[in-house]
Amino acid sequence: MKKNIKFYWKLFLSTFTISAFTIGGGYVIVPLMRKKFVEELKWIDEEEMLNVVAISQSAPGPIAVNTSIMVGYRLAGIPGAFVTTVGTVLPPLIIITIIAKFYEAFKENRIISSLLLGMRAGVAAVIIDVIIKMARNVTKTKDKISIAIMVTALIAAVILDINAALIIILSGAFGGFFYNFVKKAGDIQ
Amino acid sequence: MIYLEIFISFFQIGLFSFGGGYAALPLIEAQVLEYHNWLTIEEFADLLTISQMTPGPIAINAATFVGTKVAGLPGAVIATVGCVTPSIIIILTLSYFYFKYRNLSSIQNILKGLRPAVVSLIASAGLSILMLTVFKTEGITLSNIQLSDINFIGITIVAISVFILRKFKIDPIKVMLGTGVIGVLVYGLF
Repeated sequence: MKKNIKFYWKLFLSTFTISAFTIGGGYVIVPLMRKKFVEELKWIDEEEMLNVVAISQSAPGPIAVNTSIMVGYRLAGIPGAFVTTVGTVLPPLIIITIIAKFYEAFKENRIISSLLLGMRAGVAAVIIDVIIKMARNVTKTKDKISIAIMVTALIAAVILDINAALIIILSGAFGGFFYNFVKKAGDIQ
Repeated sequence: MIYLEIFISFFQIGLFSFGGGYAALPLIEAQVLEYHNWLTIEEFADLLTISQMTPGPIAINAATFVGTKVAGLPGAVIATVGCVTPSIIIILTLSYFYFKYRNLSSIQNILKGLRPAVVSLIASAGLSILMLTVFKTEGITLSNIQLSDINFIGITIVAISVFILRKFKIDPIKVMLGTGVIGVLVYGLF
């Protein structure tokens, strides 16, 4: 992958379009990034993407911004991080600046609200598609511990409504403890 | 100096909002309504509505909205920069250490435990977006569910979109634009 103007433009455009369509914020951007950078461009592999998300989640600040910074840094160092950050914050900056001026008209506009309602259904579909693939990748490893962590985390997040950062910290601590001491490192691979 | 005040306020919001999204709300409220009288309570409610309807992280949306109201376009830019500056510093530091030490087996073991949990966190976020599409009103639980609350059109759109996404290799952005147009045709006409 050559780091020329074309590369940076593609990097910018990718994060810009992803951010422009991330209705619902936060984790919604992650499936879209995975689709773009892992499946389509093949710039990052699946494991690395999940590591990046985990680290982004455990730091303060918007997850979408954090993930963009780290993906940019991974692909092209500090300049890469700068490009992806600008690409991610520009769409909300432009959209909200405009809306702040015409808010009343925007709020009442039926076309806009039904457009956004329809797009939300599309966003839900994209997330479902990506989750099916990711969950399958975890079950494919046939590692019972990984599957158990996934199921436990799902129950903790959806039913028990436990804070996401706490789930990340606990599963990381469990992984570190279990794979280091209970299972020998050689068995993992 | 209003620009400096805006920068410092949103720097703090960026720095202390762990967990992203709605975790930032109380911080934004404190900065914007209590410490500074930058928005009225009605404007703050409007801000929440806009943030839910438009793309982008809620903290960035709030930064732009407040910045524009207080000091025009330069205010919006400064608030946004203030909001992402802590992220840039912290994430670049973490990235540096992650990419330097990621091959250590102890780090690998921690990450191996993290990855399945992240899949579930994404699934949980996806589920709440799905619920917004499946039901017409918010705050529905299993005990007060009624047939008239279920948005069958929404469910159909989601189901067809998932089918198309899984069957054909199609750009997700196109799918979202497509469902947006369908939304205008279906909801806009009734």
